[in-house]
Amino acid sequence: MSAVIENHHEDHDHGPAKGITRWLYTTNHKDIGTLYLWFSFAMFLIGGAMAMIIRAELFQPGMQIVEPEFYNQMITLHGLIMIFGGVMPAFVGLANWLVPMMIGAPDMALPRMNNLSFWILPFAFLILLSSLFMEGGAPNFGWTFYAPLSTTYAPPSVTFFIFSVHIMGASSIMGAINVVVTIMNMRAPGVGLMKMPLFVWSWLITAYLLIAVMPVLAGAVTMMLMDIHFGTSFFNAAGGGDPVLFQHIFWFFGHPEVYIMILPAFGIVSHIIETFSRKQLFGYSSMVWAMLSIAILSFVVWAHHMFTVGLPLAAEIFFMWATMLIAVPTGVKVFNWVATMFRGSLTFETPMLFAIAFVVLFTIGGLSGLMLAIVPADFQYHDTYFVVAHFHYVLVPGAIFSIMAAVYYWIPKWSGNMYDERLGKLHFWLSFVGVNVTFFPQHFIGLAGMPRRYPDYSLQFADWNMVSSVGAFLFGFSQLLFLFIVLKTVMGGKKATSQVWDGARGLEWTVASPAPYHTFSTPPKVD
Amino acid sequence: MSGGSYYVPDQSRFPIFMAFSLFLLVMGASSTINNLDDPNSNSAYILYLGFASLFLTLFFWFRQVIKEHLAGLDSNQLKQSYVYGMAWFIFSEVMFFAAFFGALFYVRTLAVPWLAGEGSKGAAITAIELWPAFESTWPVITTPDNGVEYELAEKSMAWPGWDHALKWLPMWNTIVLLSSSVTVHFAHLGLKSGNRKKFNVLLGVTVFLALIFVGLQAAEYYEAYAHYGLTLNSGIYGSTFFMLTGFHGFHVMMGGIMLAIMLARSVFAGHFEDHDHFGFEAASWYWHFVDVVWVMLFLFVYIL
Ligand code: HEM
Ligand SMILES: [Cu+2]
Repeated sequence: MSAVIENHHEDHDHGPAKGITRWLYTTNHKDIGTLYLWFSFAMFLIGGAMAMIIRAELFQPGMQIVEPEFYNQMITLHGLIMIFGGVMPAFVGLANWLVPMMIGAPDMALPRMNNLSFWILPFAFLILLSSLFMEGGAPNFGWTFYAPLSTTYAPPSVTFFIFSVHIMGASSIMGAINVVVTIMNMRAPGVGLMKMPLFVWSWLITAYLLIAVMPVLAGAVTMMLMDIHFGTSFFNAAGGGDPVLFQHIFWFFGHPEVYIMILPAFGIVSHIIETFSRKQLFGYSSMVWAMLSIAILSFVVWAHHMFTVGLPLAAEIFFMWATMLIAVPTGVKVFNWVATMFRGSLTFETPMLFAIAFVVLFTIGGLSGLMLAIVPADFQYHDTYFVVAHFHYVLVPGAIFSIMAAVYYWIPKWSGNMYDERLGKLHFWLSFVGVNVTFFPQHFIGLAGMPRRYPDYSLQFADWNMVSSVGAFLFGFSQLLFLFIVLKTVMGGKKATSQVWDGARGLEWTVASPAPYHTFSTPPKVD
Repeated sequence: MSGGSYYVPDQSRFPIFMAFSLFLLVMGASSTINNLDDPNSNSAYILYLGFASLFLTLFFWFRQVIKEHLAGLDSNQLKQSYVYGMAWFIFSEVMFFAAFFGALFYVRTLAVPWLAGEGSKGAAITAIELWPAFESTWPVITTPDNGVEYELAEKSMAWPGWDHALKWLPMWNTIVLLSSSVTVHFAHLGLKSGNRKKFNVLLGVTVFLALIFVGLQAAEYYEAYAHYGLTLNSGIYGSTFFMLTGFHGFHVMMGGIMLAIMLARSVFAGHFEDHDHFGFEAASWYWHFVDVVWVMLFLFVYIL
């Protein structure tokens, strides 16, 4: 081990280690970023396959393909995998790749812990997925795992689920601590707080949210574990507890969690719109303040998920208004993006297409959110497909489009090669059409009263469900094209310049493409 | 932010070993818990293996970090990263306890009164239909179902009044833990002024007080189980009482172990300098944190 110490002065020069150990033992933020991104893509495909099963079953009324019991396992795992395995790790991967380069740091602040944060994830998801093969099947209580469905009536695999959530949480907390510390402590001289790129700002706030709420989730699953196996009565009214307590704790985590999945997207989209409008962002500091206020507000709106459980009237009113207040900073952001594009010299490369689609479609999701925030209206909409439409609009053309935009935007920097623009555009249009055909009709069937989380439905919902399923297959299979484009780019293609995009600004565009294995071993000069 | 080069460690095996240990640990824990009724189950061995490999990995990992530090590889900037890292870790622990305190406040101020029919909610009506005899008190000794599903305790651990204060263990626990926060603080001052003997002695006293605390806590649990019939299974009071004090006690053990390791490092290896002792400082922050949690517990779980 002392050899490691003595060798350290040469570290800065050599490239990656050879063979598999490069990936297993790495402490390099770029390697770890790549691992996160590929892991997330694999989870995206697995979770996506589950969505295909769900949509295939819902293609027609009646039970065709799966047992109801299995259907419940599919919706549960689909949600958990997409959120904890798809979206969150993708953003952590982007943070790994980009944050050190954007602030002129040699690496993440705590590189070994960084590796640990990543490698916990494959194990955690191995456990979660293995529950499919356990007696009683996989968790079947929805990604929100409400008690008593997840306690009294849960399959035995719930214990494995609980512990896998525990270690996923540990991974998230460590990853977030790493990001916060990197941003607080590793900025190159001259990169003041209000000079940080917006992606860095968005991740600073995201990381803060993660550190604040992942432990609360750990508390929730711990109480479940104790209720199930050790006789406590947190969520059982017979002993003086309350199942609604579960919902409060879960959503205290859950609402900030949805912002964890969208804040980094705000950062990404701001960069892309700036670059392809060839203009400076309309209002940098208003963007920062909007993100900060969203983060703070996100702690006081959680009960908008619980309007129908029988909250006191005062609580309903408070949470309704607090939720609507979020629309203000959200509006500030949307206005900001539009104003940036206004009179810009726009070009529409694939990242820009995804970013514009993000602005439009995320706004649709935000507006349906606003409808859901109105208590008396939510009494109608709650637990219908309208809610499904809402959160898919903010998550798929929201979070996931931003991730795809980010991949197209930065992959020349990562790989040194330009992606195939024609294929990229094709991928965009297929995804754009697919997403809208899938989720827009779900507004209609939701308003008409179709409840979520059932494998069957009555006949009047048949037409729009069929449309939705067709859209889902289109969107799902288009993502294989994305895989192909990424692989093709990694393996070759037109060489990228350092700056890649003529409007691109920021430290990451000053280093060569592909970015050297070690960047900024000595801090760059920033004025 | 100082310039110069930041120490980026070379490849390391520890992280993935640790991830694998965690995997063994949680697989072992899950299957052990699922097979509690099965005397022939071997799952516990996976759990033990997970623990063993976790401790080994942590031991060698920290040893490596200390070696690198002694070799002078850490810049001031890296030390600052450790400081921030520890501070944010403690914040995450605060939020973990917040979940359990939140649960306590919720059941005390809302759920239990509602179950007894207070308020105008439909929930209260259901409760009256189900358990009309239930009355809202805290501590909840008689559960709503009057002990059908849960075992009723005879007595709670709450404040017994001034007459019995001296025989009341939580009072002693408070004194012990608060004193230990003072001793660890003066140990720190000793170290800063270069007085190693003072440091070692006061840190030793702190670790000793930690042991006493854990001992008293064990005695209290014994009393609860053996004499009061108060268990995890006694309804919401037992649930919140044991989970809050239990997690706190577990954190006291962790903090105590950290401090004991720091003591051993100082006594046997002569580690730490008056200006350079973050390992100890981090452990002492953790200790103060554990102390603050106890004050909250003492107030909200025992006294009020
Ligand atoms: C303007 C901003 C937003 C508002 C006003 C809003 C409002 C709401 C409301 C009131 C609900 C509960 C509906 C019900 O269950 O009856 C809800 C559900 C949901 N929202 Fe939003 N939302 C907003 C933005 C977002 C964002 C940005 C995301 C994620 C990126 C998101 C993800 C979700 C999810 C996942 C659910 C459903 C959870 C479930 O029950 O499974 N929302 N939203
Ligand atoms: Cu919400």
